[in-house]
Amino acid sequence: MKPILEIQSVSKKFKIHHEGMPYLSLRNRLSELVQFQASRKSKEEFWALNDISFSVMPGESIGIIGKNGAGKSTLLKILSKITPPTSGKIIGRGRIASLLEVGTGFHPELTGRENVYLNGSILGMRKREIDSKFDEIVDFAGTEKFLDTPLKHYSSGMQLRLAFAVAAFLEPEILVIDEVLAVGDAEFQKKCLGKMEDVSNSGRTILFVSHAMSAIESLCKRSILLTGGKISLMGSSSDVIEHYMNLVYDGSSGHVGSILLHQDKPANLLRKIEIFCDGKISTTAYMGCRLEIRVHFKSKNLLDSPVLGVIIKDSQNVPMLGINNKHYVSNLASQPIREGYISMTIPHLTLFEGIYHVDIHFGNAFKDIEVLRDCFQITIEPMKFTPSGEMPDKRINRLFIKDVVWMLNNTN
Amino acid sequence: MDAEKKETYYEIRPKLTFSLNLNELIEYKELFYFFTWRDVKVKYKQAALGFLWAILQPLVMMVIFTFFIGKTMNMPSDEMEYPVFAFSGLILWTLFSSGLTNAGNSMVSNAQIIKKIYFPRLVIPISSILVSVFDFLIAFFVMIVLLVFFQQPVDFFRAIVYWPMGLVIAIIATFGPGCLLAALNVKYRDFRYVIPFLVQALLFLTPVIYPISIVSGNWLKYLLAVNPMYAAITLFRMPMMNAAPDALLIWISLCSGAVFFIIGLIYFRQTEGYFADLA
Repeated sequence: MKPILEIQSVSKKFKIHHEGMPYLSLRNRLSELVQFQASRKSKEEFWALNDISFSVMPGESIGIIGKNGAGKSTLLKILSKITPPTSGKIIGRGRIASLLEVGTGFHPELTGRENVYLNGSILGMRKREIDSKFDEIVDFAGTEKFLDTPLKHYSSGMQLRLAFAVAAFLEPEILVIDEVLAVGDAEFQKKCLGKMEDVSNSGRTILFVSHAMSAIESLCKRSILLTGGKISLMGSSSDVIEHYMNLVYDGSSGHVGSILLHQDKPANLLRKIEIFCDGKISTTAYMGCRLEIRVHFKSKNLLDSPVLGVIIKDSQNVPMLGINNKHYVSNLASQPIREGYISMTIPHLTLFEGIYHVDIHFGNAFKDIEVLRDCFQITIEPMKFTPSGEMPDKRINRLFIKDVVWMLNNTN
Repeated sequence: MDAEKKETYYEIRPKLTFSLNLNELIEYKELFYFFTWRDVKVKYKQAALGFLWAILQPLVMMVIFTFFIGKTMNMPSDEMEYPVFAFSGLILWTLFSSGLTNAGNSMVSNAQIIKKIYFPRLVIPISSILVSVFDFLIAFFVMIVLLVFFQQPVDFFRAIVYWPMGLVIAIIATFGPGCLLAALNVKYRDFRYVIPFLVQALLFLTPVIYPISIVSGNWLKYLLAVNPMYAAITLFRMPMMNAAPDALLIWISLCSGAVFFIIGLIYFRQTEGYFADLA
């Protein structure tokens, strides 16, 4: 079987203009001609993509991950023919549709019905195709009542649902998706992800850019990691994601497991956060380990009773745990304190394998003084904890309980 | 089933050579309809007078020109009633001027779509010209009413040939500069200021409100005939005229229209790949 997409050493160069103007003006161009080479300095070349090669087999779903500016969106734009590559070529063997945004071309003055036709047509559907799917689209969006209302009177959620509904009924052989899941509420995101799984299961090819690692992991077997316009890793999604998470950590301040907070700002109360797994400083923990979080603080005023709250959320931002020391001990401090750290230890971590985000709330007995959202991530590695050696399905488990008693009672 | 399925194969490469790629335009023919339909709908949706606007503009202009130029200056009008002469020129002129303005701004005003989705870019300026054609067709019926009202003799057979011919030439004459301006406007936003000025200046360089016969000096006539709209308007008035126009002037104008058409098309096609990067 031939690959459905062959990307052969594709590169893309941009010229950056330092005048801070996104477009050229004729005057600049003319003055450049007069000044000969003088102003050439203000232009800088920038390779958004550098020698990218890979191929995609029919029915395969590939995740593309990387930091902001790594070239993910440029790659998708080239694949969807929006912008041409500077060199290299791509061979395609299937109808391609791209979804770099939902609701492209939606017009606020037109009604919902009219926008479905307009948007569908822009996305490459035939009118006949839209006619036949129209009822399903409207049904999926759940906006029947407002079909003949101009879009400007829709809530933003309704607009989004309608936009996604149109896109969901595209039937190309290759679907290119960029960060579509970054918008909308949790329920909507779940619906989108479910629809994308359907698309993937129906044997179509998907190229998917996202920052939501869980979405990539559940949708794509294989992933590509882009770093500075180059492919730095290609392989199974779990490997690539793990590598990427490490990369993200290298970029942040401090050591792995220790996060320095803005020490230059004296107004800030919190100074440093440390994460220990079984006594070792690390943000990679494993199921069942002893997890300790230490939050260092330094205050101008004396604190009577400092309170530390910790919220641990899964990769889809669903809170798994939200506790503070008031739930356990009434007051940690025997006397007012200015500087020190509060440590929270969970002796046996009951979170299932995966990636978790942590929010830190710090305050006194009455209110939060400083709140850090998503201030670090904990990666929890699998650990075989059952005698049989078999693991529960990680897609449906967020918690594990080691000592579960099972019994078969014969009442015959 | 599988045998029926056409094998899709395409290559994406750096854009180096010119290609018209007409097949692709045909493949996207429905998009012309949808873009035109969108612009027509949006244009008239919240306007209380609705489609009357398509008629009102040339009608008011005609009244003004009839009063000030036709009556007070005694402008000759190629043996037609001056209001008929002015209106027939003005509706075609409005097609050109609004088509040029809309097409010239079309790529910038649709930048959001261009950056997010691929389709042949020519769909956008062509659709915005088609919106002006739609307005023209409405105004055309008003012209028929005027012809009856002023009892203007019309040669029926000439009308069947020359009216569509004038329209087609006007569309071609709008398309070339329209595409050129659309592409230039993406790259150099200066052109958004050039367009209204250009349209205004051209009105006086086109025999819309005066016949070319009043221009003295042959070289000046030939220079004015370089304007592609000259042929469109002159041919469009043929059914109402007795005299035959100067064939050389018509040919100059037609050739100039064709040259602009080709330049506009080639420049647009050559630069369209980079619209998404610049828009």
